[in-house]
Amino acid sequence: MKRNLLTIMVLAASTLGVNAADIEPSKVVYADGAVEASLSGAAGDASSGQKIVGSKKLGNCVACHQIDALADIPFQGEIGPPLDGAADRWSVAELRGIVSNAKMMFDESLMPSFYKTEGFIRPGKAYTGKAADDTFAPLLSAQQIEDVVAYLATLKE
Amino acid sequence: MKKLTGILLASTLATPLFAEAVDDTLVLNEEIKMVTRTAAPAHMAEEVDEIISGWHFRGKETRAMQADDFDNPGMIFVEKGEDSWNKVEGSEGKSCASCHGDSASMADVRPVYPKYNEAAGEVRTLEMQVNDCRENQMGAEKLGYTSGSMANMTALLASVSRGKPVNVAIDGPSSATWEAGKELYYARTGQLELSCASCHEANYGNMIRADHLSQGQINGFPTYRLKNTKLNSVHARFKGCVRDTRAQTYKPGSAEFVALELYVASRGNGLSVEGPSVRN
Ligand code: HEC
Ligand code: HEC
Repeated sequence: MKRNLLTIMVLAASTLGVNAADIEPSKVVYADGAVEASLSGAAGDASSGQKIVGSKKLGNCVACHQIDALADIPFQGEIGPPLDGAADRWSVAELRGIVSNAKMMFDESLMPSFYKTEGFIRPGKAYTGKAADDTFAPLLSAQQIEDVVAYLATLKE
Repeated sequence: MKKLTGILLASTLATPLFAEAVDDTLVLNEEIKMVTRTAAPAHMAEEVDEIISGWHFRGKETRAMQADDFDNPGMIFVEKGEDSWNKVEGSEGKSCASCHGDSASMADVRPVYPKYNEAAGEVRTLEMQVNDCRENQMGAEKLGYTSGSMANMTALLASVSRGKPVNVAIDGPSSATWEAGKELYYARTGQLELSCASCHEANYGNMIRADHLSQGQINGFPTYRLKNTKLNSVHARFKGCVRDTRAQTYKPGSAEFVALELYVASRGNGLSVEGPSVRN
């Protein structure tokens, strides 16, 4: 019984993206917009990252960016630059910084900050239109960010 | 020319920004030539050159539907609005027509709303004015702000103004409300930290996933949307857009949305009233 409860709690915590080894969003250190250390302490998984980038429910990066390598995903957006060749233009640390909080790299960027929990105007509870509550979490977890970064690192031309 | 900030420049290099709004002319019922694009009003000339109706960002069939009243599904609701215009309701035994006469006589109303009301000392939307007449002139119940019966009424009032230019006042007693609305327009709300301007000023013409972004003009409201097959009011649309930034929305009819409506309406000063328009 006790063990079950514990598992549930751990599960709940991980869906909110807080794992013991994670660097908390407010503690991430940016140097010229780049972040050196893995946010989760672990390596990223590029194939999981690819799913996150293309999924409407997760990163939904293709809402704003085109990626030729994901040509099978319809309706890619035109708000940001195409991500083809991103790894030629940016180091892994820079990519981690851009995905975590692009406003550190690009002043006033339109790109949402995927690993940030503070400083919002009228934060909501996901897409319900209601106020945020104690389930509020960054858009992606530390490990999901690492997975996305690992995928971006494969985008070479 | 739009303001070329670093953000815009960065993406200009990589993608064809500001894909053209479709080049087409809207002639209503082969009769009224509508102004669907024109020079931006002076108050926003720094941000945008030209103001463009949402009509130009919709597909060919959707555009055609709006050009002919027989094909425009929104016109059914205009007829319902007309019935309600002539219907006696409330303790005073009056209809709208008892005081105002023919609905066509209201042609100069829609273009200037939201409008400052001297006696009330506030800026009022058309919905607020309709409800004020119902309560205080007719002794009738207020209509729900975004209800179907209210949308029928605003659709009727818009329809008799079609072709007239939007012309809301932004100075004098309206200026404080207008300023408040402008602040809301540029506030980057929600967890996605996007403002109205992020999508409708910096990126109109671009695709955001499957959606072709327009300037978010409100000259076509209420809009008949093929997506939900009903009339959609201005504040319901605002609410949806704010929700999509993962923000806590404002309420339809709230002071915030009234101010935002005045500001957004003023960004369309010069475009023809199109309501009820057809959108997807
Ligand atoms: C709402 C729009 C939006 C979303 C969603 C978005 N981005 Fe961006 N992104 C931008 C914009 C705009 C830029 C251009 C930088 C700037 O702001 O000047 C950018 C820049 C970038 C860059 C640098 C591009 C280059 O090659 O120079 C990378 C890498 C990137 N984004 C990755 C991502 C990833 C990964 C996601 C999802 C997890 C994502 N973006 C989601 C708008 C967005
Ligand atoms: C994340 C992007 C985004 C943001 C932020 C956004 N909108 Fe929209 N909006 C859309 C999309 C997509 C549509 C549907 C396509 C279109 O007409 O542009 C739309 C449509 C509209 C329309 C309907 C236009 C028509 O012709 O029918 C209005 C009005 C509007 N938005 C106003 C606003 C206002 C006001 C705000 C800020 C409170 C706002 N939007 C914020 C994405 C956005």
